[in-house]
Amino acid sequence: MSASHAEENRSLGTVTAMLTIIAWRNIWRNHRRTLIMLGAIAVGVWAMIWLTAVMRGMVDQMIVDSIKNLIGHVQIHAPAYRDDPSIVNSMPAPTSALTEALQDPAITTWTTRVRVPAVISSERESMGVTLVGISPEREQGLLFLPETISLGRYLESAQDDGVIIGAKLAERLEIQLGWRIVLMSQDPENEIVDRGFRVVGIFDTEMEAIETGYVFTGLETAQRLLNMQTQVSELALITQDYRHLQAIVDRLRTAAPGLEVLPWQELDKYLGTMLAVMDGFVLIWYLVVFIAMSFGLVNTLLMAVFERTREIGLIQALGMKPSLILLQVLIESFFLLILGLVLGNLLSWLSIIPIQDGWDISALGVEGLEYAGMSAILYPVVLANDVILSNVVVIVLGLIASLYPAWRAARHVPVEAITRI
Amino acid sequence: MSTVTCKNLYKTFGEGELAVHALSDINLDIQAGAFLCLSGPSGSGKTTLLNMIGGLDTPSRGEITVADRRVDQMNKAQLADMRLHHIGFVFQAYNLIPVLTAQENVEFVMQLQGMPRQTRAEKSSAILNEVGLSGLESRRPAELSGGQQQRVAVARALVSEPDLVLADEPTANLDSHSAENLMQLLENLNQRHGTTFIISTHDKLVMSHAKRLIKLRDGKIEEDVTQ
Repeated sequence: MSASHAEENRSLGTVTAMLTIIAWRNIWRNHRRTLIMLGAIAVGVWAMIWLTAVMRGMVDQMIVDSIKNLIGHVQIHAPAYRDDPSIVNSMPAPTSALTEALQDPAITTWTTRVRVPAVISSERESMGVTLVGISPEREQGLLFLPETISLGRYLESAQDDGVIIGAKLAERLEIQLGWRIVLMSQDPENEIVDRGFRVVGIFDTEMEAIETGYVFTGLETAQRLLNMQTQVSELALITQDYRHLQAIVDRLRTAAPGLEVLPWQELDKYLGTMLAVMDGFVLIWYLVVFIAMSFGLVNTLLMAVFERTREIGLIQALGMKPSLILLQVLIESFFLLILGLVLGNLLSWLSIIPIQDGWDISALGVEGLEYAGMSAILYPVVLANDVILSNVVVIVLGLIASLYPAWRAARHVPVEAITRI
Repeated sequence: MSTVTCKNLYKTFGEGELAVHALSDINLDIQAGAFLCLSGPSGSGKTTLLNMIGGLDTPSRGEITVADRRVDQMNKAQLADMRLHHIGFVFQAYNLIPVLTAQENVEFVMQLQGMPRQTRAEKSSAILNEVGLSGLESRRPAELSGGQQQRVAVARALVSEPDLVLADEPTANLDSHSAENLMQLLENLNQRHGTTFIISTHDKLVMSHAKRLIKLRDGKIEEDVTQ
């Protein structure tokens, strides 16, 4: 670095230090106005972070609950299965290459299932259902069972030949725990197969479509009934982070050529759209809050600049360049924004801590959440990205908004400013 | 050697029938080390002329040279630079930055010039001592009397050793005792440092201290007397 550059840098450092001191003292010239502005910024930041955490918690809960409704994070099927989920579109048990790919540390657990249309009959009624053959020990985290079993027991193994049905289905079939039903479906040769089962468990999810739509039995029991040998309908898995699946999906597609590997967003478009909408909503929400906040900020700075017109004229007369006056107002704005952000983040943290282990929103008189696939206990989700984004939005856009009052200050003509009463 | 020259200087505010000719055909040559008063009734053009010389306002026509630099041809940044390095100002009121102490106000210009902290501290202490404000360095303007505030302004105007100090009605808000003290101070500083002073005033007390007195009337030089 040349001597002149070093000299320039030192001068700039000296001037910036001086401007910083003046800016800091200036913001405290009108305590009340500054405190009101800091309060507005803090509440704005709190609204951004806290409400986003609560909204994300709601969506997260819906997604997690839905994932447990037989979706999982990723599913693998025969290519035509989703268009025609019948036995003819089943697939072989996982190959060694696929099994190896499923050992990925990011994959928490995986399972295979038989899942075909069937008819369930009691002595009084018959209804169309989906017969699901499961390996109960492998369904941990993938299925709403066994937590929702209200009567009887969960399946004990893939060979278990009992069935578990929903409470609503039991009501419609007019049967009870321990009664026998008949399940009828088709085998791969399109021949009708049927068999009598005993109801060993009844589950209660509060969601009618689930309770009336699914009947569960052991995987191998279902395979024997349907003459499928080791064939399965689907492979489902869950990972450590449902938001970032692309790499896993890519690896599984390589390991399972000829099969369809889909993440949950594609398996349930509604849920996928909801998450995308939530991300967009967060950004819009931030901008709306910021715009409301920026009116206050710009007004505060304009008032401060207007009140100091003569003073600005004086410092211009003393040789301060317009660019430095602009910088000084921006530093004042920066202080207001930083202090407001600190308070806002603190407020957010203090208001999230008490509800981090769950917030029972039914206490607010909210009812019927289960019909929207939501739980009454809400767990706020604070994403680092959301906190960073809200802080960056406030700082960057706040400084951009402050350019106007700063520019107004910098464009004063000294003689007019000094002579203004 | 001339510190300030004005040639055929005009300043007109407004246009057409509403035009006000604040300065008309001003020709002036002010030598280095001068102690000069601009006097005249209100509206005679004293402050306008002072503002032109200080680069705070631009002439409608004519030339102004300060320390061999054409002020009338400078842009905003150049004017700011010239004021920073060559001119000191003392105004009638609102002279100081309220959030800075007396010492910080004095150091303000030196900080803008990028002067190191140690040098600033030494110079500001010396000048505050010279204007009789030793011990009041850490007071803010609101804690100083009007006369003390003007002394701080004078100290600030002189501390960076400018070629020229412009003072606009510096005694207007002072009682006669404080005004006399201030003028003696300015006179002493002029004699000791050789700094050129141009002071606009109505005040006869101020005029009595001037070595050269220029009387303005209706924007023109009515009288130019060396005392």
